[in-house]
Amino acid sequence: MSIFIDNSTRLLVQGITGRDGSFHARQMMEYGTHVVGGVTPGKGGQKFDEKTPIFNTVERAVAETGANTTVIYVPPMFAADAMMEAADAGIALIVCITEGVPVLDMTRVYPFVKEKGARLLGPNCPGLISPGKSKVGIIPGRICTPGPIGLVSRSGTLTYEVVFQMTRAGMGQTTCVGIGGDPINGTNFIDCLEAFEADPETESVVMIGEIGGTDEQEAAKFVKEKMKKPVVGFIAGQTAPPGRRMGHAGAIISGSAGTAAEKMQAFEDNGIGVAKRPIDVVQLLRR
Amino acid sequence: MNIHEYQAKQIFRDAGIPVPPGEIASTAAQAEAIARKYGGTVVVKAQVHAGGRGKAGGVKLAKSPEEARDVAEKILRLTIKDLPVQKVLVTPAADIDTEAYVGVIVDRASKRAVFMVSPAGGIDIEEVAASTPEKIMRHPVDPRYGLQPYEAMEMGFFLYDDVKKARAAAKIMQQLYAAFVKSGASLAEINPLVTTPAGDVVALDAKMVVDDNELDRLPQVAALRDESSEAPSEVDARNANLTFIKLDGNVGCVVNGAGLAMATMDLVKYYGGEPANFLDIGGSSNPEKVVNALRIITADPSVKAILFNIFGGITRTDDVANGIVTATKQNPLTVPIVIRLTGTNEEIALRILQENGFSAMTDMDEAVKKAVSLATGKAA
Repeated sequence: MSIFIDNSTRLLVQGITGRDGSFHARQMMEYGTHVVGGVTPGKGGQKFDEKTPIFNTVERAVAETGANTTVIYVPPMFAADAMMEAADAGIALIVCITEGVPVLDMTRVYPFVKEKGARLLGPNCPGLISPGKSKVGIIPGRICTPGPIGLVSRSGTLTYEVVFQMTRAGMGQTTCVGIGGDPINGTNFIDCLEAFEADPETESVVMIGEIGGTDEQEAAKFVKEKMKKPVVGFIAGQTAPPGRRMGHAGAIISGSAGTAAEKMQAFEDNGIGVAKRPIDVVQLLRR
Repeated sequence: MNIHEYQAKQIFRDAGIPVPPGEIASTAAQAEAIARKYGGTVVVKAQVHAGGRGKAGGVKLAKSPEEARDVAEKILRLTIKDLPVQKVLVTPAADIDTEAYVGVIVDRASKRAVFMVSPAGGIDIEEVAASTPEKIMRHPVDPRYGLQPYEAMEMGFFLYDDVKKARAAAKIMQQLYAAFVKSGASLAEINPLVTTPAGDVVALDAKMVVDDNELDRLPQVAALRDESSEAPSEVDARNANLTFIKLDGNVGCVVNGAGLAMATMDLVKYYGGEPANFLDIGGSSNPEKVVNALRIITADPSVKAILFNIFGGITRTDDVANGIVTATKQNPLTVPIVIRLTGTNEEIALRILQENGFSAMTDMDEAVKKAVSLATGKAA
């Protein structure tokens, strides 16, 4: 088992003819993901790489292909519309890779997607991968390997780093999920922890957080109250100076809320093993 | 993006919010002339992207044009939180009866724009939130409908018992919400919102932070950026599409991705070093970005060693390798460099580096240790 995606995932790629969309569509196909179609308005009827059908609208694509998942690689100013279009077409899982989506757009997208009953991952996220089964997004397939550990992270390349070190140590993954670093995102730590707790194949969970906000603290409480499986965690930004923004909109420290120290303390107080370095995740999982 | 008080006030004025008049001066003589024009007592306020201006001596009353000149002279010599004051706002002093706080901010928890209002204004709202939370009313706004009049009135009555004042405040809140949305803001604040002895409700201060992601579609807002009020290295980095923050250490860091960049800085510290900066070259890299990154980092004389930590996903490590080769050919390095790269096109990258006399590592901890020992002259 795995969470959110597996062999039954039938994927659309919104923006499949763009630079990033086409590159990653090929990477996902190569990994074995069932990419059943692409969406680029105005290119309906054409084929991507002479095999995958392209549609003008998500609605048309769903009707023709039975897609249940979509991944979005459109420019930031069009991303909100792409997410809403997918939700309205009945897609169950929407993964938005696009970085730079205005946060006020997300205040409209979030309730819309909820009302339609879809799950949104991202925006500004690397997507997810269930090793050996399916990958949706941009996480490099070769750094992952199947196994019993679930991973959820707010970061992109830091996730790769940790997964890579786990794989090197022979610790495989059920699913690796990058929830993204934006202030408003569709899926949070708790959603993923809940899914990992319910997944019979996941034996333990790794949680990678960052400075800013209180999502990690709330997730830590959830771990203590609702989870039986062991959880280990890492927080990036232990040396970040207060009050500075470090790239991600999510990585803002305001006042005392959201520092790495505070989050690591919340982990410790709620029985989550705290890794000081990324490599320590591996040591903690061994215990 | 931060904008200045005087710019935010203009946005508020355009939205119909009552804001006192004011003019900008960049010299003491200009400040004196403006004070003379208004007559009476004026307030001289430093225009700088930092909170706590008052405490830092950046806001002063002046009873005469001559005093305005003296005060402006002093304020224009100030540096507040490392930022030199280059402009002051001169505005007539208002008679104040009461001071309230009105702010709207995008809230991660409720995933909406949320109003925060308090009758205890004029001071740090975080202090009010900590010590007397009952004095703050929070109100999330449904983005589909905007702030309805009855919602604004509820907040108006939380601030004032008098219906006339409550109504005036409610109107200001609706205007503020409209300005907030129109400007693509992530925060807009009036602190204080005052009442005068004549019974008027007026926005005495204005603060606005614009979501950087909005700037592409809001050119008139993007034009408000004041590069002269930012650290030059950070302006340079932004123009090169890099995220850069200068710190006090001596290990210069070039990393792809914000999370990995922070984790790299943490590891530098863990092994006994101090990072000189946060620098994220972002996702789809090209060699040009690396050239710019190296230029910005080597401009800092305190950098004693440079550490590249690249985990290629969307970023192609051969692009990074080419960038390092190009940059160091243009400007030979005077400090040692440690390169760690792994991921997409790693084999090509390693070959490029080797052919040009560089060695590269694949393990993050080993690379950080080496960079720290080169920077400090001690084994990490």
